Amino acid sequence: MITFEHVSVQYADAPAPSLRDVTLEIPEGELVLVVGPTGSGKSTLLRTINGLVPHFSGGTLTGRVTVDGLDTAEHRPRDLATVVGLVEQNPSSTFVTDVVEDEVAYGMETMGLDSTTIRRRVEETLDLFGLTPLRARALRTLSGGQQQRVAIAALFAAGPRVLVLDEPTSALDPVAAEEVLASLHRIVHDLGVTVVLAEHRLERVVHHADRVVLVDEGHVSELLDPAEAMLRSRIYPPVVGLSRLVGWSPTPLSIRDARRKAAALRDALGTSTPRPVADLRVIGPADAVTVDGLRVSRGGRIVLDGVDLAVARGSVTTLMGRNGAGKSTLLGAIAAQHRLAGGTVRIGAAGDDPHARSARERVRTVGLVPQQPELLLYADTVAAECAAADEDFGAAPGTARDLLDRISGGIDPAVHPRDLSEGQRLELALAVILSGSPEVLLLDEPTRGLDYGAKKRLGEMLTGLAAQGTTVLLATHDVELAAEVADRVVILADGEVVTDGPAREVLASSPAFAPQVTKVLLPQTWLTVAEVAGALARIA
Amino acid sequence: MARLQRRARLQHPAAWWLWGLGLATAASRTTNPVLLLLVIGVCVLVVDARHDPATVNPLPAFLAIGAVIVAFRIVMTALLGNGIVGETVVATLPSVPLPDWAAGVRIGGTVTLESLLYAAYDALRLAAVLACLGAANALASPRRLLRYLPATLYDVGTAVVVGLTFAPQLLTDAREVRAARTLRGRDGRGLREMARLTVPVLETAFERSLGLAASMESRGYGRAVRSTTTSRRAATGLALAGLVGVLAGLYGLLDSSAGGVLGLPVLVLGALLAGSSLLVGASRDPRSGHRRDRWTWTETVTVLAGAVPAVVLVVGSVQGWEGIVPSQQAELPAVPLVAVLALLVAAVPAWLSPRPREVAP
Repeated sequence: MITFEHVSVQYADAPAPSLRDVTLEIPEGELVLVVGPTGSGKSTLLRTINGLVPHFSGGTLTGRVTVDGLDTAEHRPRDLATVVGLVEQNPSSTFVTDVVEDEVAYGMETMGLDSTTIRRRVEETLDLFGLTPLRARALRTLSGGQQQRVAIAALFAAGPRVLVLDEPTSALDPVAAEEVLASLHRIVHDLGVTVVLAEHRLERVVHHADRVVLVDEGHVSELLDPAEAMLRSRIYPPVVGLSRLVGWSPTPLSIRDARRKAAALRDALGTSTPRPVADLRVIGPADAVTVDGLRVSRGGRIVLDGVDLAVARGSVTTLMGRNGAGKSTLLGAIAAQHRLAGGTVRIGAAGDDPHARSARERVRTVGLVPQQPELLLYADTVAAECAAADEDFGAAPGTARDLLDRISGGIDPAVHPRDLSEGQRLELALAVILSGSPEVLLLDEPTRGLDYGAKKRLGEMLTGLAAQGTTVLLATHDVELAAEVADRVVILADGEVVTDGPAREVLASSPAFAPQVTKVLLPQTWLTVAEVAGALARIA
Repeated sequence: MARLQRRARLQHPAAWWLWGLGLATAASRTTNPVLLLLVIGVCVLVVDARHDPATVNPLPAFLAIGAVIVAFRIVMTALLGNGIVGETVVATLPSVPLPDWAAGVRIGGTVTLESLLYAAYDALRLAAVLACLGAANALASPRRLLRYLPATLYDVGTAVVVGLTFAPQLLTDAREVRAARTLRGRDGRGLREMARLTVPVLETAFERSLGLAASMESRGYGRAVRSTTTSRRAATGLALAGLVGVLAGLYGLLDSSAGGVLGLPVLVLGALLAGSSLLVGASRDPRSGHRRDRWTWTETVTVLAGAVPAVVLVVGSVQGWEGIVPSQQAELPAVPLVAVLALLVAAVPAWLSPRPREVAP
């Protein structure tokens, strides 16, 4: 269905080619997962399939890419639109219309389907992706996850034979991600659509994949069996980590397979219990952030309704919950980004009201890294950005730069922030905010676009900050990150707090939010591979 | 018998844009402040009643830009003068002596009410035209208009949409960037701060526009099915020639100094050329519509409501009615009743057009 023959892609001014000599053949009706670290060339590979690279992006492509017999050199992306649908990483910038239903119909209109067919397919698609209640909503008012679902639905509705998705589930909550993957699974199995997707959250997708392609520094492997690929891959989900630790063979990819092999491990772990995370650091009194009866309405709709929350000093608290539950709004309200309709926010023992402070004073107490970190970045090089951050926060020169070096795996200071990968941009934004050394650090969905390595560094950094007394509150859909770092998990639903408790208790008891290791080892409540490894070492 | 509840629908975007164009034509032919303020008032009224709730209302921003233009013109005129000699001296500024070769240019000196009024009226005209553009933008998002743009005009269409969505997008981005700016301890006030915001806001808006164009491309906008390269090029050429003709004609009509005599024939010729290319293009245009906007009597009423003030004011300015271009004297200009009535006609769509779709927030 899709063939690559000796394809290389070189962007102008780039020191190295983004893809080197890729030869690959993807057969029809397969679900192919593209796995690779941040910045390895995954996005470029996906965008060559419908010809956006090089027709739209510029750069030089050598070799040949053919899709369903059409050479992308001779056919422009718009001519390939009937064959290939591409869902981009950031859906909100790709919407052509203003309302959900129009957006779903748009692709079919450009293809010239008759209006009866369009009506029918619009209804089917809205049902398939659970968008019927949102059909009349304005796109700009949807939450990130809802937008992602609309973007996939809009592409799918047009009925392409190949669907290419760049991180389709990274902005989704676990349940919504499962729904999207289930619908992808269905269209692959029932309708014979070929799906190519790149995703960092392997724990969500790898067991759905028929084939895996590994990408690293522009080199692309052949089509591999998923289990075999996970043995070779530099990045892998926790269940594979557990398997590598214990030495299971063949490598289980799904929870179900792993549970079948896990009986021996459960016995070995026996009665030993995981060491509570709280041992590692001192958690202060619950006065770092006090939210009382918080009400926020946005665009005439009540987003938060009577939220009470008290966060302990020096702790890491994770806000979880469905897309659109009000997590971002809660963080925004604490950082005085949204006006309150009622209730109070107090920071620290002194009961500082961030809404009563000027921005300059506020950043000393509350720092927020927004969902789109690029909004924080203004300068034209990374180095200049760091210097500006020092000046903004009145920090000693070099503070931001040192922080960045600690957080990131090495970022070229001469690069334009917009040319960084999504993960690197987050690291830069985090360094900028941290140079104000706020008492309370808020992070809104920080793991989007991060590979496991970057996520691990982020987790270590957050734990380190908490140990030094910074209070961390992060909103995320990433249960694995929550399992790594959280002391406490708060679950929001429909603008209200529904669950609030110690991380282990909440995560282990929720079918939607349980991390993979927990699911494999239930009824024992281990959260991470590292915990299991530690316990095994202690036993031995 | 109970009246059947009509389904809420959006009016055809072309109707709103033609209405806006008509009103803008009317505004461009007069410098009478009463008439110009009336134009702005009509825009605000209609937008308030019928703007599309699915998009951010861009009219306030357009009005703000207009206000800045008026203020800027008045200040510059007070400082530099504009060659209007008046009798009513408002103030005398300290003047800077200039060498002889700079005759005709002055800095400071006497400021007369006449010159200030002239500048204000002239700037107000531009502000009114901007208000019309903002109103059209608010009433029908350019993205919706795009659906009716013929496929032959693919490249022009993309450019137009990217251009038209750029301004409203810029406002959203400016708001977002300013909010994010407070996270870095800046309140986003002051000139220096404004200067620092400009680049990121422009960059974000550009990036979004490019993303939109890429998305339109990969979703098949402007696909040409079963047509050869030559026929496509011919159609594009025809369409471009027509477009240039229409623009030249409009320029002739709008700018009275270029001569209205030339304007009309060029406009008609251009419209014919453009129309024929659209017909050729439409016959090959494979696009279809999901709940396409229908053209009903309300659309016709809207277009007529825009055309009436345009025709009346063009006729009025050609025939030199009193008060269309007020005299350069510091007195209340005469207000031609016919022009006022014609402008009021433009407000009719605020009642006689369908209520826009209800969009849940």
